[in-house]
Parts: sequence; structure tokens; C-alpha cells
Amino acid sequence: MASLIYEGTGTSEGREDEQVSELAMKTEPSPLEESAALDDLVARQSDVPASRPTSTPATEKVYRHRLPVRISHWLNVPILIILIMSGLQIFNAHPALYWDDRSDREHPFLSMRPMKTESGEMRGITTILGHQFDTTGILGYSDGKRRAFPAWATIPSAKVLAMGRQWHLFFAWLLVINGLVFTAYALISRHATRDLAPTGKDLRGIGKAVKDHIALRHPQGEEAKRYNVLQKLAYVVILFVVAPLIVLTGLTMSPTIDTAFPWLLTIFGGRQAARTIHFIACFAFVGFIVVHVVEVILTGFFNNIRSMVTGWFVVKHEGAGR
Amino acid sequence: MIPHERAMERRQFLKGTLGAASLVALAGCDNLSQSSWFPSILNKAEKLTERVQRAVTPPNALAKEYGEADISKVFPANGNTDPGTEEYGEHVAKNFSEWTVEVVGLVQIPMSWSLAAMKELPSRTQITRHDCVEGWSAIGKWTGVPLGDLLRQVQPLPNAKFAVFHCADVDEDGIPYYESMALADCYHPQTILAYELNDTPLDIPHGAPIRLRFERQLGYKQAKYVTMVELVETLSGTAGGKGGYWEDDQGYEWYAGI
Repeated sequence: MASLIYEGTGTSEGREDEQVSELAMKTEPSPLEESAALDDLVARQSDVPASRPTSTPATEKVYRHRLPVRISHWLNVPILIILIMSGLQIFNAHPALYWDDRSDREHPFLSMRPMKTESGEMRGITTILGHQFDTTGILGYSDGKRRAFPAWATIPSAKVLAMGRQWHLFFAWLLVINGLVFTAYALISRHATRDLAPTGKDLRGIGKAVKDHIALRHPQGEEAKRYNVLQKLAYVVILFVVAPLIVLTGLTMSPTIDTAFPWLLTIFGGRQAARTIHFIACFAFVGFIVVHVVEVILTGFFNNIRSMVTGWFVVKHEGAGR
Repeated sequence: MIPHERAMERRQFLKGTLGAASLVALAGCDNLSQSSWFPSILNKAEKLTERVQRAVTPPNALAKEYGEADISKVFPANGNTDPGTEEYGEHVAKNFSEWTVEVVGLVQIPMSWSLAAMKELPSRTQITRHDCVEGWSAIGKWTGVPLGDLLRQVQPLPNAKFAVFHCADVDEDGIPYYESMALADCYHPQTILAYELNDTPLDIPHGAPIRLRFERQLGYKQAKYVTMVELVETLSGTAGGKGGYWEDDQGYEWYAGI
């Protein structure tokens, strides 16, 4: 049986720093006082007459995501999808990666090529550090076409480098602008330091958090109000390491930017190395998005979506009987 | 309903929705790509990129120059690798002895140089990285005449804004290849009309006998088989009006700094 949530009662706007929360119990329509802390709640529930089941979970609404975070988050959804898919289109124009400054075509770090077998059949062969893998149907050769990434993974779906570049370079600007606005907001509002930066206590609990995640046990109750340590680390790494890395390696592929900032070539080890790192960072984003979406589904899809749309997140507290 | 069924149902629902949504989104992107209005919005990024890149790049900042050991063993030739016209064939037969490069248009003194005359002028040699729009890079050693030296002789008029490079090659439909760059970029020390690659005269695939090297932009700007440099006030009067063969027909950006 789903627990009832009373929305729109009491405060309709909340601010994180006030710890505004609405408490609602499914068996009792009137919400408790906003400021009731969990301890109070537990104490109250232990006083509940025996006629009521003691295991009744109470639900609490917390204002989890403020508007700028929500806007920035949802802008990122189309921006990242388009950047990834148009990026794969650009990659398809020369489906090989190298380290260093030049493309030594005899020794790519990675390549995805169509190859003809002795029987005349076309296969897609992905080569990583000299090891070959048959990836026909997805990489190298798909739907009867010689292309690294398949049509369903690229924008546009047909092989059009020029149009892929136009999409990519337009949405790259949007990513940068969105990223800079978010970063400024996160620093000024202290969202970065208060919500995202892991505390010492967080980091000491990392071993347990890893075990819990592997067992698909997710934080409940009071602990679910804040990001857990793995979540914090994932966000911090993707926002403040991978995102700047993908922008800087993208810029390092620009011959003009290389003349203005030659140190970019030095730190990434050359233009082709920057292209390779750009590609790896892209798949770090893909990996992040997959794990992120899986966790969103596992930890309460509709609650999570609502919290990123309206800001309000519902936390369930176990009753005092436990 | 038992929770397991609920979860299954939810999963099916999500899978169906996400699958359909991504197909619709992809088809939508394809439609937008082919529409008349959307690419012109995407194009706005090109102007912004050009403005910002020009603002952060000192006008005479040099592209990185490499050492002899860094030179690519094979320097791939892209685009047209042989003009294949009768006229060009005659030049090949005569070892380009009658090849000339004219510098005309909005100039005080239109001039023309034979290949031999250009080789008499002070030259510049640079080992630089060629970045193809496709993504690969190759390093080569180029020798040629700084374009700025030629321009100082012809004396551009104040209203000259761009240099258009006319080339000897044509595509399958007979459309001639051309490229263009901002006049200011023509004076960059590394902008040269090159006649040698890796200490040997340019071969046909690499643009014999004369090609442009414009080291701060992508490979498709590096016009090959150059016969004429025309200074103009606006690009709209030449061919498709977008400043180059790849720009007119293929949708590539005129500003190829990234």
C-alpha cells in the first residue's frame, strides 16, 4: 500500500537553510508542526495508542533541490545527450584515437573499422591497443553500413560531419554557459560546500557505503535527506573534474586555442592525446548517466523525479516500533 | 498486485517510454538538421566562437613549431589529390615552370609571381601540425613565402577585408575549389604560400606547386593548387558567397579555428 503524502499543506515554499519540512502521517490528515525534528517524531510515535500499528512509516517532505539546481540539471539533459551523440558523429569521421600530437595510423590506441573477411563478409572490428574485438552490428559495421558508431547513436543519424560539428559546437557553448552559471551559484549559495563536498565522517564511512550500494541498500530516513558519500563523490568528480576536463580537452583540439594557450598541449600531452582524453571523458559521462538513472529508478523513481521538478523530496521514517 | 509485478510493469513502461522518446528525439534532430531555419541558429555559435577566440588569441601568437623528429612518416593528403584538368596536366608536364600566382582585387599594384620568382623571395620554414576537420593530425615541414611579404608589395586598399584563394582544382561537377581568410590573418608570420613539404617540392596530392599554410585553422582552409589571391571587401560576391568550397556546399564553418 502506498503511503499518502499531503502536499500543499502548511508552507508551500521552503528554504534549505531553514530546514523547512512538512510531516505527514498516513493515518493522520493534519500535518505535524513544521519544525518537528525526528527525535520528536519518534517520541510522539512511541506515545501512539496501541490501537494504531506501531510500524506505520511517517513521511516527511523536504525541500531538496533549489530552483537554480533544478533548471541547470534539466538543461543538462538535452545538452549532454546532444553533445554525446553529435560527438560520436564527429568521431565517426576518423574512428581512431592516438596519444601524442600526431596520428600514427599504424598504431592507434583505439580504432573501429569495417573489415572484409576472407569469405567476403563485412565485419566491424574494434581494436584496442592491438587487441581485436568483433563488434559487428554496433561498432565498425552496422545495418549494412561502414560506420564506427551506429546510426541510432549519432546526430544526425546519417554520416554528416559538418552538421555534427554544428550541433556539437553550438551545444558545447550551452554546456559551458550552464556549467559556469551553476558553478557560480553552487559557490555563492554554498551548495557546493554544504551539500556536495564530502565531510571527513562521510569519507570514513566510504567502505560501508560501497558495501551497501553493492547490496542495493540505500540510505533511508534521516540519512536520505542528504547526499551519501558515493553520491557526493560522483557529483563532485563529474562536475568539477570530468566536466572541466572535457571542455579543456575539447578546446585543445582547436588550433587557434593552442596558439593562445600552448600549455594546454603540454598538460594533455598533445592534440591527439587531448582528443583521446575527450573521448574517455565522454564515456565517463555516459557511465555516470547510466549509474545515475539506475539509482534514480532504484531509490524511488517518482519521488526522485518530483524532487528534481518541484524541489520536494519525501523521506520515509520507520515507525517507533522498530 | 504483488510488488514484483508492479516493478516489472514499471520497468516495461520505462523501457517503452525511453525507447520511444529516444527514437522521436533522434528523428526530431534529423528533421531539424534538414530544416531551413534550424542550422542558421546553430550557425550563431560560429560567430561567437570566432569573436571569443580572436579576443583571447594575440594576433601574432605562433602555432607550436615542432622538431625534425616529430615529423609524420606519412602525411595524408585529403580532399582533391589531383586536379586532373587538361590545363593542370600541361603544367605538370612542364614541371610547373609556367605556373604563376596573381595577387589582384582591392590592391594598389596588382602583381604576379612565377614559381621561380617566388622561390627567389625570402622564405620561411616551419614544422607545424596540420589538424584535419575529421580529427586526425599530421606534422610536416613547410617552406614558402610569407603571404604578408607579397601583400606589402601589392599594397591592399583600405576596404580590402578578405583574401580569396582561387585554385586550379575542380570537383566532379566542375565547381572550382576556393577558400578565403580574413586579411589580418594573411599577415600572420606563419601564413605562407608553401612550395616545399619536408624539404622536397610539393607533390601533386599535397597541392603542387603552391598551397596555402594557415597554421591556426583546420586543414580544409589550407587551399591547394593556388593560382590567384584576390582581395575583396565581402565574400558574398564569390561563388556561393560563404567564403569557400567546403563552406558553400557542405555546411562547414568559414571560421575554422576549432
